[in-house]
Amino acid sequence: MENVVLQFFQWFWNLFGLWDALWAFVKPVWPLVWVVMKIVAILVPLMLSVAYLTFWERKVIGWMQVRIGPNRVGPWGLLQPIADGMKLFFKEVLVPAGANKGLFFVGPVMAIAPALAAWAVVPFFDGGALADIDAGLFYVLAMTSMGIYGVIIAGWASNSKYPFLGAMRASAQMVSYEIAMGMALVCVLMISNSLNLSDIVRAQGRGWFADHGAGFLSWNWIPLLPMFVVYFISGVAETNRAPFDVVEGESEIVAGHMVEFSGMAFAMFFLAEYANMILVATLTSVLFLGGWLSPVGFLPDGFHWLAVKISFFLFLFLWFRATFPRYRYDQIMRLGWKVFVPLTLVWIGVIGTWMVSPWNIFK
Amino acid sequence: MPMDFKTALFYILSAILVVAALRVVTARNPVHAVLFLVLAFFNASGLWLLLQAEFLAIALIVVYVGAVMVLFLFVVMMLDINLERLREGFWGNLWLGGPIAVLMVVEMVAVLSARTFGPEAMPVPAAPAAGYSNTKALGMAIYTDYIYPFELASVILLVALIAAVVLNLRQRRDNKQLNPAEQIAIKRKDRVRIVSMPSEKE
Repeated sequence: MENVVLQFFQWFWNLFGLWDALWAFVKPVWPLVWVVMKIVAILVPLMLSVAYLTFWERKVIGWMQVRIGPNRVGPWGLLQPIADGMKLFFKEVLVPAGANKGLFFVGPVMAIAPALAAWAVVPFFDGGALADIDAGLFYVLAMTSMGIYGVIIAGWASNSKYPFLGAMRASAQMVSYEIAMGMALVCVLMISNSLNLSDIVRAQGRGWFADHGAGFLSWNWIPLLPMFVVYFISGVAETNRAPFDVVEGESEIVAGHMVEFSGMAFAMFFLAEYANMILVATLTSVLFLGGWLSPVGFLPDGFHWLAVKISFFLFLFLWFRATFPRYRYDQIMRLGWKVFVPLTLVWIGVIGTWMVSPWNIFK
Repeated sequence: MPMDFKTALFYILSAILVVAALRVVTARNPVHAVLFLVLAFFNASGLWLLLQAEFLAIALIVVYVGAVMVLFLFVVMMLDINLERLREGFWGNLWLGGPIAVLMVVEMVAVLSARTFGPEAMPVPAAPAAGYSNTKALGMAIYTDYIYPFELASVILLVALIAAVVLNLRQRRDNKQLNPAEQIAIKRKDRVRIVSMPSEKE
């Protein structure tokens, strides 16, 4: 990939006869330039997906409620997210008089930074990760656990009741579901024998079914079916999406930690929330549904399969929101601590016993 | 090349770490102090990454930054801390705190500046072989050579956990807690009685 890009630049700048002069200048910093280019290649499509995910959400929920959804801006309303973005961009960012000025702006940054940083290790196709590191899964867990600071800092710095209540709810909820999430991931890394996300995907491409052309039966979702469900539901809770959105709880605390934010500061929270949704959908696809692998033997593997799987999980997010009423707070805590945590602990034992038994299929 | 990239990174991370650690004790606002502690942890984790201990570095983030400090922040934000009251005791306790601080500094200087600790005394560790996984090596060490200390430590933690729950567990009499098992076990006939009756004329 790197050589192809370099050849393209060489061809392009040679049209103007500038290549040699330019290369002498760029060569010492080329690795840095190359990484920055890859980051841009990940983040620009991600931000576009976030924009159109908001559009898709409004459309899907509209159809589910027998409405039309946004259809005024551009053909079929397709320019709606652009218009929304422009509106937020030009709005004034208000700072409440009693707010803690510095931290008030650190909050949104802390919300979006981990949501973007976690993408560094996600493999989009075979060998297609920005950093294919050994402890990839663990790194993702670390980054997603950082996201909570955005909510807490924003809630506290606003110096107002509703944001603070929202932040308190958020910290308890996110810490609780992180445990179930981490335990579900322990099962995945046990049977994959690796923390590297690319290796986890490759491990799912092996097995009796994969050899016989039905790869989707070799993926992790069958032996880990309860963990697959626990992970995805915890992911929904972790991103504070409906039905776990007591953090925002419009009918009780208006919009939780985001009450006092306007303009781009608010947009940052919004971007972070949707980037996190896409991240959870991507990780579920990578960890349990074979990432870039093709479900059947006669079709080639590739990024398009990952895109299809991510879209499916994102649709589930929207479907949940249109279907389920909001959980009560004690019900959320009960589900996290009394249902998911024991279930994951039991399943770790089951998988461990399975792996030392003669019927071990995970070699 | 005056300084290679790793060395420069080490100095940057260390400088931020030291400043953040200083601010933890000097910050006027306790919430700021906790956030500076988070920053210090983050930079310490960066230093460990430079030492190629990626598992420990990320574990530091997951455990301390992701869980422990969140609860810390949670508590500190809810406490009604009066800074004036806290400051009152400063001069009164200085006679004890000052000598202890000096003692600790002297001890650290004695250890760190000793001949047995310098870069000459410590051999440079061999470069890890290709395919060496820090995580695997740590797992092997913990679950084979150090299995008993490891399990003892976990049991102690579990006991502490249960003790904390027991100490705080008081059943309130006006508790409005619901029992989900009972709610689910409800049958229709317990709640609703369907009566069949002929239609009535007005």
